[in-house]
Amino acid sequence: MSAASPVEVEPTSKPDEITFLATPWVTIVWNDPVNLMSYVTFVFQKYFGYDKTKAEKLMMEVHEDGKSVVSTGSREEMERDVQAMHEYGLWATMDKSE
Amino acid sequence: MSGFARHRRSKRIIANFTGFEADLLRSLAAQLVELLRNEAAAPVEHQDPFEAMLDFSGPTSEPDDPVLARLFPTAYPEDEEAASEFRRFTEGSLRDGKADAACVVIDVLEDAGLPPELTGDGLMIDVELDEPTAETWMRSFTDLRLALATRLGVEENDEDYWLSLPDDDPRSQAHDIYDWVGYLQETLIDALTSR
Repeated sequence: MSAASPVEVEPTSKPDEITFLATPWVTIVWNDPVNLMSYVTFVFQKYFGYDKTKAEKLMMEVHEDGKSVVSTGSREEMERDVQAMHEYGLWATMDKSE
Repeated sequence: MSGFARHRRSKRIIANFTGFEADLLRSLAAQLVELLRNEAAAPVEHQDPFEAMLDFSGPTSEPDDPVLARLFPTAYPEDEEAASEFRRFTEGSLRDGKADAACVVIDVLEDAGLPPELTGDGLMIDVELDEPTAETWMRSFTDLRLALATRLGVEENDEDYWLSLPDDDPRSQAHDIYDWVGYLQETLIDALTSR
């Protein structure tokens, strides 16, 4: 898997960098034969607040490579993201960042 | 029918269904609610009936039913203990959320005039959704499609297989319904993303 993309954080909500570096976890969304491309893009925009270009890029990675790292952060944050993806019906798992 | 659209003036998301279509959507949503609420996540083995009564915790292993296993995937594929913990803390609320969303679909259809028992032709059901409700429908359509696809065994690029089935094959008919819900969802996403 390629390195996780840089996390976009608001300056006001910047996580403690030491905690952050010590706990690099990622949320991975996997391809499935059911979910519509437009839906996956919509979810990435809606939940993560990504712009359309970034959301479409991640969606295409899922579609073409079979999976994509869609967010990076602490273990707790990634558990929240994975749960949210399951709420939306996307097939998501989490892992330690490589 | 033409799927969902955004009303120019009110900005609400609108669609009209025949009575048959609305009844079909209600029946799919009701089956999903039934599955989510009644199908035990995983058999819990208790030696002691008293101990069983005191077990309020959520499920810790993957559901037996393949639809439920798809709706509630294992979060940690390589760490069984962490996966169990995650499931114990999330599956209950995920189940409730999906059941509640399907109930919203049913309630809106019934509030729009779908009778408990469909009788005769000619009934049209007009629905008008605000944005949060439209998103709830969109999520629920995903759950319905995942459920139908799992039961049917839908795979990537298998359109030719479904087209090759005779029209009177029940799987072909079920696949048509799966496609139809997909069409509805696509138009709903279009409507939500258009201003």
